[in-house]
Amino acid sequence: MNKKILMKGNEALAEAAIRAGCRYYFGYPITPQNEVPAYMSKRLPEVNGVFVQAESELASINMIFGAGACGARCMTSSSSPGISLMQEGISYISGAETPAVIVNMMRGGPGLGNIAPSQGDYFQAVKGGGHGDYKIIVFAPASAQEIVNFTVLAFDLTIKYRIPVMILGDGLLGQMTEPVVLPEMKEIQDDINWSICRGQDQVIIRSLYLVPENQLELHNLHLQKKYRSIEKDLNKYYEQYNANDCDYLIFAYGTTARVCKAAIDRLQKENIKIGLFRPISLWPFPKEEIISISSKIKKAFVFEMAQAQFEEDIRLSFEGKKEIKGFYKLGGAIFNDDEIYELIKKNI
Amino acid sequence: MTNKIILAGFGGQGIILSGLLLAQAALLEGNEVTHYPAYGAEMRGGTCNCSVVISDKEISSPIVNKPDILLLFNQPSKNKFEAKCIPGAKVLINNSLINEQALRNDISSFYIDATNTANKLGNIKIANMIMLGALSKITGIVKLDSLINAMPEILSARNKKLIDLNVQALKEGYGLF
Repeated sequence: MNKKILMKGNEALAEAAIRAGCRYYFGYPITPQNEVPAYMSKRLPEVNGVFVQAESELASINMIFGAGACGARCMTSSSSPGISLMQEGISYISGAETPAVIVNMMRGGPGLGNIAPSQGDYFQAVKGGGHGDYKIIVFAPASAQEIVNFTVLAFDLTIKYRIPVMILGDGLLGQMTEPVVLPEMKEIQDDINWSICRGQDQVIIRSLYLVPENQLELHNLHLQKKYRSIEKDLNKYYEQYNANDCDYLIFAYGTTARVCKAAIDRLQKENIKIGLFRPISLWPFPKEEIISISSKIKKAFVFEMAQAQFEEDIRLSFEGKKEIKGFYKLGGAIFNDDEIYELIKKNI
Repeated sequence: MTNKIILAGFGGQGIILSGLLLAQAALLEGNEVTHYPAYGAEMRGGTCNCSVVISDKEISSPIVNKPDILLLFNQPSKNKFEAKCIPGAKVLINNSLINEQALRNDISSFYIDATNTANKLGNIKIANMIMLGALSKITGIVKLDSLINAMPEILSARNKKLIDLNVQALKEGYGLF
């Protein structure tokens, strides 16, 4: 096994992408994810890869569309305002069914906002920020090691299902340095017989379906069938922390979930039975597991760095059967464990 | 055992780098570590800080609200962070640039003439290593040898020629207490 080394989240992500076979990166700088393009610009030429600093995020996402249409393992990264600019392209890529890994290290919004960590892009990521009926796979890691593991998985899944896969982190995860164990360099042998680079007869990759009349409907039904099968396949990505036999359960993801754990440790020392349920895949959402665990608790708490976005999906899973109390931080503010501890104490 | 440390000073004093060196040294000793820098509109001469958490078990929160160890490199940092640390905290103060005495009597303050000592050694930039050397001696959270061994992992290739000078500064700081 490779040894534990210290790496910044953004750099760990970039190295993991390369080891997962990414040879094409297109991006435009924005804090707090600048270490991704910086690392890629140095590292990709060493592995005969291609790095392009695009003229904008619109260009980046459309370059990804092109590289994906060729069957390449390709990636772009940005932060909230840049990801907003990419939504049209993500919709096109979803319609055309090409692979793409998209990284969003979220920052405070709306608008240009600030550069501090946030979780305000939850709806945009999991409900689709672009037009049309589409879904993308969204992973929300909570450590540098998970960033590595889920980036590697993201490339395998985007090739397997030909659906965009998003790594949804935040400024803290991107900027924090932690020990990681990197995987070995992967030998890639993807079946890309569907791509425009298969070198035989004509292949058309498109998202426009005008004739015959029902062709777009049939295409959409095909996409929905694919989404249902992905929901079935990817239902195991969540973490439970002291979640068995508790009276109270906290729901949180990413950075916020980590901070909740510190508060849970303190509360448990006072014999308060409290645990954490942390979805790692935000779409597909681990709904079944949440439904089943919701029946065993008295009350749920939601913590997120956004206004009741993630909470909405928890509420949909709970179907009003148990009380849910949400706590939010907005505009780049972050929770600390003392605050979470106090809020729980006051509300149980 | 978990230590929550904040290092703070001017941009350019090597705050982020010394935080990384501390984290790397703690990792070499088999600990879990996190390092989280303030990454706002930091610039040379502006204020700058980073949080380092060192623990023998998995670290949940990398965010340090109430530090138990503080390394203060300049006056604005003292003004900002001294009030935040827990009672009994160990506070290392670069008194080359910080004049005031401790405002609290429930913390242990240690005064280190880091910037002046660095100047005497010939490079003002190694004040951070003098502080880290003192930290090792005062708190024992990492061994001096671990800091020295961590150096090649943290310094960028173009600065490898400065390892000897930095090691000298670590030892100098260690010897002050």
